[in-house]
Amino acid sequence: MNMSNIWFIMKRELNGYFATPVAYVFIISFLLLTGFATFFVGNFFERGEADLYPFFSIHPWIYVLLIPAISMRLWSEERKSGSIELLMTLPVSVFEAVLGKFLAAWAFTGLALFLNFPLWITVNYLGSPDNGVIITGFLGSFLMAGGFLAIGACVSATTKNQVIAFVLSLIVSLIFVLSGYGIVLDFFSSWAPTALVDAISSFSFLTHFDAISKGVIDMRDMLYFASVIMVWLFANAIVVNARKAD
Amino acid sequence: MTLRIEIDNLTKHFGEIKAVDGVSFSVNKGEVLGFLGPNGAGKSTTMKMVTGFLTPTSGTVRVCGYDVLTDPIAVKASLGYLPEGAPAYADMTPDSFLKFIADIRGLSGAAKQHAVELAADRAQIKHVMFQPIETLSKGYKRRVGLAQSILHNPPVLILDEPTDGLDPNQKHEVRTLINEMAHDKAIIISTHILEEVHALCHRNVLIANGKIKFDGTPHELEAMSRYHNAVCVSVANVDNDSLAAFLTQLDYIAELEVLPGSRGFRVYPHNAKQITAELSQSIRDNNWQIDSLHAENGRLDEVFRTITMGGNK
Repeated sequence: MNMSNIWFIMKRELNGYFATPVAYVFIISFLLLTGFATFFVGNFFERGEADLYPFFSIHPWIYVLLIPAISMRLWSEERKSGSIELLMTLPVSVFEAVLGKFLAAWAFTGLALFLNFPLWITVNYLGSPDNGVIITGFLGSFLMAGGFLAIGACVSATTKNQVIAFVLSLIVSLIFVLSGYGIVLDFFSSWAPTALVDAISSFSFLTHFDAISKGVIDMRDMLYFASVIMVWLFANAIVVNARKAD
Repeated sequence: MTLRIEIDNLTKHFGEIKAVDGVSFSVNKGEVLGFLGPNGAGKSTTMKMVTGFLTPTSGTVRVCGYDVLTDPIAVKASLGYLPEGAPAYADMTPDSFLKFIADIRGLSGAAKQHAVELAADRAQIKHVMFQPIETLSKGYKRRVGLAQSILHNPPVLILDEPTDGLDPNQKHEVRTLINEMAHDKAIIISTHILEEVHALCHRNVLIANGKIKFDGTPHELEAMSRYHNAVCVSVANVDNDSLAAFLTQLDYIAELEVLPGSRGFRVYPHNAKQITAELSQSIRDNNWQIDSLHAENGRLDEVFRTITMGGNK
């Protein structure tokens, strides 16, 4: 694998976000949504605790909604404009292109996440939180965002239409979140064997993210997100190869 | 002669449709091969397989000695490709776009700067370098695509309809550019503009329905025309009937046709022989005055139609 190719593709893609208003619209929406959810849904002040749990616990839901907007154009735009023919006849491998694009989207999401730092300053000003837990939370959130992005990137390669890419990514992402959500698990646990319920819940982003956002670094959770990313990126490369010329 | 592109028995099926069916040809260094055929004949599909974008159903492609199936990156590194419609990243400027291509092509520093400038200069896009590509006219977009394809000075160039959408001046410039580059490259250009056969190509491959129908020089292609070596003749001091009667009895003339509108005839020799000298002598022997007399090379559009439509019968 040629690292510089990945870097050049990533750089081009990242510049692409800022060439249009997409980047700014996304960052502002993301900050507004996390802020709103933290203070009004998560009752940041009323809880009276110096941590960012209300902030992090809302992330999976915000990502379900917003990450597809970041990932939808990654491949569908290339296929629609025909530039995929240019990209795939340059001396780069499919996986380098897949990785470059994914890393660009991930770095961009990381930037949006980082811009929440005033909240971190606020909580430090108001009390003395366990900053280790907060850093772990950011790390977990960043990893989870990678998982959503990998799903979105793969889905985006299946269609030339960005709206379809958005809706499909949202649905697939939702499945990956809901499979760990209480109501859904209750529905299964009423009739399904415990092993199956556990299996379903273990596939959920929620289950793995919850532990990390509470400051528990378990290698299995890290490994889970890393494998989700790798599996979806691998599928992404296969889809690109199969559909690039359609 | 160095063999740069070798295509052997290349076949591509899309479901039941044989888009390309057993195509074989090769291109040497210094050669410009004109790839002709009607729309949907399989030109673009063939080019997509040569450049490694499409995987052939069967057959092999070698570019500069590298097999496109086993060594795709080496093939892609040694060729420049202008895909049909000249796709590019619409939100980039030609400057950033060409720099990106240069990066991927492994150029850096002064070499990168020089390559971008030279390509922009040759494709004549220097004054639009900092406008987003999406705001450029069709002709400029095409030339940005062309600049991209020649940026790394590749030994092999594959250009899918490089002059489509250009005005006559721009077409001329692009042809001049291709002619300038021809001596040290192997070039395939696809076109359905027949005037380019003479302006550009050393050799033509004509395909229809995925099969090669002709492979030869432009001159050989013209020679297949029924107009090849036909002579248009008009004479001043004799009426048409007498001239017609005289021409039909000449033994080297097979057929005679009245030219529409003006006075005169087109005569077809037996076996497309050259008859200009004989004919002018015969007419002068009668003390007639020749107004005009010229032989035709052949008509490419007619050959094109005959060959490509013939395949459908």
